[in-house]
Amino acid sequence: MASLNVRAALLSISFLILALGLWEMSTQPPEADQNLTEYEMLMGGVEQESRVPPPSAVIKLAWEELSNPFYDAGANDKGIGIQLGYSVYRVLTGYLAAMAIALPVGFLIGMSPLMYKALNPYIQVLRPISPLAWMPLALFIIQDSDASAIFVIFICSIWPMLLNTAFGVANVRQDWINVARTHELGHFRTALTVILPAAAPTILTGMRISIGIAWLVIVAAEMLVGGTGIGYYVWNEWNNLDLASVIFSILMIGVVGMLLDLALGKAQKLVEYTE
Amino acid sequence: MSKSFLEVDGLSKVYPDGEGGLLTVYEDIKFSLEKGEFVCIIGHSGCGKSTILNVLAGLDEATSGNIVMNGKEVVGPSLDRGVVFQNYSLLPWKTTLNNIVFAVQARWPTWSKEKVREHSERYLKMVGLDHALQRKPSQLSGGMRQRVSIARAFATQPELLLLDEPFGALDALTRGVIQDELVKIWEETRQTVFMITHDVDEAILLSDRIFLMSNGPNARIAESVKVDLPHPRARSTIFQNPNYHKTRDYLVDYLINRSESALPGPDGTPRVVEPAKGADGSEGGTNDSNSTAKAVNA
Ligand SMILES: Nc1ncnc2c1ncn2[C@@H]1O[C@H](COP(=O)(O)OP(=O)(O)O)[C@@H](O)[C@H]1O
Ligand SMILES: [Mg+2]
Repeated sequence: MASLNVRAALLSISFLILALGLWEMSTQPPEADQNLTEYEMLMGGVEQESRVPPPSAVIKLAWEELSNPFYDAGANDKGIGIQLGYSVYRVLTGYLAAMAIALPVGFLIGMSPLMYKALNPYIQVLRPISPLAWMPLALFIIQDSDASAIFVIFICSIWPMLLNTAFGVANVRQDWINVARTHELGHFRTALTVILPAAAPTILTGMRISIGIAWLVIVAAEMLVGGTGIGYYVWNEWNNLDLASVIFSILMIGVVGMLLDLALGKAQKLVEYTE
Repeated sequence: MSKSFLEVDGLSKVYPDGEGGLLTVYEDIKFSLEKGEFVCIIGHSGCGKSTILNVLAGLDEATSGNIVMNGKEVVGPSLDRGVVFQNYSLLPWKTTLNNIVFAVQARWPTWSKEKVREHSERYLKMVGLDHALQRKPSQLSGGMRQRVSIARAFATQPELLLLDEPFGALDALTRGVIQDELVKIWEETRQTVFMITHDVDEAILLSDRIFLMSNGPNARIAESVKVDLPHPRARSTIFQNPNYHKTRDYLVDYLINRSESALPGPDGTPRVVEPAKGADGSEGGTNDSNSTAKAVNA
């Protein structure tokens, strides 16, 4: 009896083959003996663009793109690696800036009921705003599309980190705080050596949610601001009616999103503890 | 009157009773401890033992009264007063060794890494845990965790050690083993210890004196029972001494028959009782320990 992992892998692969097979078959060109309209004959057969490309075409394109991901042949013709690189750079910049604010402020809110009460109304109003709704204001104030995209990432990734940090810090077990107190640790040392490690799993959960949201939002933001990035790339290929490229880049968005999540998952493992 | 190492005077604690009124958990608590003493406090659940201990630790504030240790008023927590909590309170993300290192570093910030480590390992060895240095608390049994917690408290060499039912959550066998360990480590260090327990045998095994609290609300420390048994003591032989049984009978009788209405002496300090001598040491005592001892023997 094969192990669960082996069986799961076999099943996964069968599903993939099945799905690809169905996709390939459903996108076959119509039979040759079918009657073509005059217009179609004029166009040299069935209109190419009206069909979703078969997986074989997507795989062929993926092979080409991935064998030279970093080529740069002008504004509208850059390798997928470069486009993804722009997106990852924006996400990480906005995300790190959000972290730099969310962690200290979250600590403050978590440790001080006064600050919690004072800041909570603002958080509750700002948090449900779609990050893209900030875009016009950001473009107007910052006057730079790249920085505006980064700002949108900043604003969307700050909330889960902020709230989880505050929640984690506020709910550190009183016993551990008492340990810090009976050992005469100052506020700063208590925060660093007791509260931070105690709240770290909750904080990391917030950070993991944030990176997921940031990666969702960057695609939409780049479709809006244009120029570079994977979101722009998808939109540009759609305008070119190059559906194989669209499908390929959709898959790449998924892969990179998964990698970002895996990285945060690894970090989460590092700070986990069992009581 | 010469001052004792620790003087507690007029301590009381009042909580809101949840119905708009006030609940005086205990009042007018007055006692003193001498350096190097091991004192246990026994009383029925809810009479306020933990609150007293937390006030001594500086983690909680009394409603009135004051505590003076070494001539200095006790305010807030301090490394001079170490605490062992019933639920161990180890930091779960640190290894056994690092839980001790954490405390030792807090106590002696100027010590070198090697010195801190060597000191920490020595105390873990005293409780027989030198084989589990790199394990996390979650990988230890309840008994082992409490040993780490005890090692942590002793390692910082506080002037006063406070233990709140340290073995309350352990099964009887484990409790016995760790009691022996506590006897051993105490014989080695002769720390001043103030410990809460609800186990009469444990109290006799460990203490020089046992405080008996009356039931709450408005609980008092009514009596201070001397335990006249030679050190070092051992769980396996202690019951051979007749004084053990006299003391035990006295305590059990108090808890069953007299804790409801017991009162301290006229000056507010606990009545001094020496069951081994078969008489109530303090004048004006209302109890008759000889007859009560018989009642329990029956
Ligand atoms: N934070 C609190 N608020 C209100 N009442 C409390 C609080 N803490 C303890 N008490 C009350 O004080 C009394 C003594 O509690 P405690 O010191 O834990 O008793 P013990 O340790 O002797 O069992 C109990 O009746 C309890 O209900
Ligand atoms: Mg208690």
